[in-house]
Amino acid sequence: MRYFKKDIITPAQSSRWSHIWAGFIGDKLATLALAIFVFYCLVAIFAPLLAPYNINNPNFMDLENAEIAPFWISGDSRFLLGTDAQGRDMLSVILYGTRLSLTIGVCAVLIQTALGICIGLISGYLGGRTDNFLMRCADIQLSLSTMMVAIVFLAIFQAMFGMAMYQQLAMLMLILVIGLAEWPLFARTIRASVLAEKQKEYVDAARIMGISPKRIMFKHILPNTLTPVLVIFTVQISNAIVAEAALSFLGLGMPANDPSLGALISVGFSYMFSGSWWICVIPSVTLIILILVMNMLGDGLRDHLNPKTYKD
Amino acid sequence: MATPLIQISHLEKAFASNQSWFSQWRIDRGKLRRKKDKVHALNGVNLTINQGETLCVVGETGCGKSTLARVLMGLTAPSKGEVHYQDQRIDHLNDRQRMLFRRRMQMVFQNPYASLNPRMTVYQTLSEPIAFHNPQLSAKQVEEKIRPLLESVGIAPSNMDHYPHEFSGGQRQRISLARALSVEPDFIIADEPLSALDVSVQAQVLNLMMDKQEEHNLTYLFITHDLAVVEHFATRVAVMYLGRVCELASTKTLFSAPKHPYTQALLSAIPRLDNNTTQPIRLMGEVPTQMDKPIGCVFQARCPYANPRCYAESPDMIRQPDNSSVACHAVDEGRL
Repeated sequence: MRYFKKDIITPAQSSRWSHIWAGFIGDKLATLALAIFVFYCLVAIFAPLLAPYNINNPNFMDLENAEIAPFWISGDSRFLLGTDAQGRDMLSVILYGTRLSLTIGVCAVLIQTALGICIGLISGYLGGRTDNFLMRCADIQLSLSTMMVAIVFLAIFQAMFGMAMYQQLAMLMLILVIGLAEWPLFARTIRASVLAEKQKEYVDAARIMGISPKRIMFKHILPNTLTPVLVIFTVQISNAIVAEAALSFLGLGMPANDPSLGALISVGFSYMFSGSWWICVIPSVTLIILILVMNMLGDGLRDHLNPKTYKD
Repeated sequence: MATPLIQISHLEKAFASNQSWFSQWRIDRGKLRRKKDKVHALNGVNLTINQGETLCVVGETGCGKSTLARVLMGLTAPSKGEVHYQDQRIDHLNDRQRMLFRRRMQMVFQNPYASLNPRMTVYQTLSEPIAFHNPQLSAKQVEEKIRPLLESVGIAPSNMDHYPHEFSGGQRQRISLARALSVEPDFIIADEPLSALDVSVQAQVLNLMMDKQEEHNLTYLFITHDLAVVEHFATRVAVMYLGRVCELASTKTLFSAPKHPYTQALLSAIPRLDNNTTQPIRLMGEVPTQMDKPIGCVFQARCPYANPRCYAESPDMIRQPDNSSVACHAVDEGRL
């Protein structure tokens, strides 16, 4: 049997990843999802360059252009996807809205991940009373639905500091609320993996060397528990975006002058039956595709990262 | 006379069994009492490990061999008893105080597939302890230490950047040994290091361990099931049964003249090809649970020579004329 030189030289870790990558690319659905997700990300990052109008320009809103149907109906080539009730170009607003939604989703999940990893590691590694206490906290947190916590929290904040203050801090607040509300999912997953890894002898070997618990947790155990986290990460981003959209739809999310996708749908919903369906439907479709893609990506990752799940 | 390196006296370890809070309450003579079930893994172990020797610990599954190793290494705290390293007591030290002894005592584990971190290359695995215990060394000096170390255990230094799963079981066990040796210890505990390996590879690893012993004047505590290895490798042998040492003798004495009835049964169970004249001694009776500490000798339930004294009084280790020590009333009384 002949070996390629490359196979001998490259360390296996990279070959392991390339193996997973090859499987992932072979999965057409997952590849499609990844491509669309990358497209969304690029659009979100380059929104200021791509958008035909600058939404921060005072001339952007023009009531004379209000409620123009999309290009293929009205034939108005200035506004590809039509305009909303304030005369804003839908395409520009959706581009910026996607950017906002994705930012909030990713940042919120980053907070969740950081919290979840720390708590899960501590809980799983120390065990005993600490573990019991932290996991009961997680149970309590899980028994309260995210939406309820967020609604109560945001409503109180609005009532206390007023609308003006809230509009300034809306994005930060949303990130914090969604980020803090869903850490138990990560914490539990990490804890379960840590409990399995802790039994293995390499942890004992590190302890015998006198290496500190902090270093054992983060340098030895954590890298071995990250595979499931990657999967939850993608699925949670879609959950966070949905949560943000729902909150915005209820009027507790992003303000109307700085709209996310959810806020756009919320505003457009009142025009639904007056004939201007595009104000609501186009952002909705954008959001639905984004969520679908994120979930498909998560599914694909799970299939390929965990060799034990066989699919026929 | 050999100088003792480690002295273990009256070491006991009881694990709380995993019982819910509610089931701990029992009605006992009309009163509600709380009683925690305990698993007694070690029931008063007395052992001295001499400098430069290889002490093999043998015994059946669950007799506390691995617990003994873990307590010695400070991975679990003992419930009672003392461990002395040379003349310092080490069993009650906290992590920081123990640091001084960390580099003197090391351990090689049973499962070569779990004892190396799968996400760390050989270089990372070895450089971590070296850099940790010698903070003054530069990265280059650390690498200069790793190369000869790897070579000495028969791993090509060019494989330094490979991950553990690229090595065979024997190679991994040698890397584990290299990791233990990396901090230049005096004492190594090997917890069944050969049981996961092929017979041909076993010999390889065993020979490597013997070479290293000569080279660095190491002391081994070698835990094993394999009596053939014991005969080949050990200076002295300790036979354990249910958390106690029941016989301690030099290898030659133990194999030629086993005294404790359990040792006799154990040795007679070695399958032999040359002759079938010695019939294995069959032990009758159940292996007692470790939940309740037995009163008297731990071997009472299966011992063919047990008399009332064995059920009442726990035997001490008594030195025999041929320098072995046996904990058995029957041997002591000359009934056996």
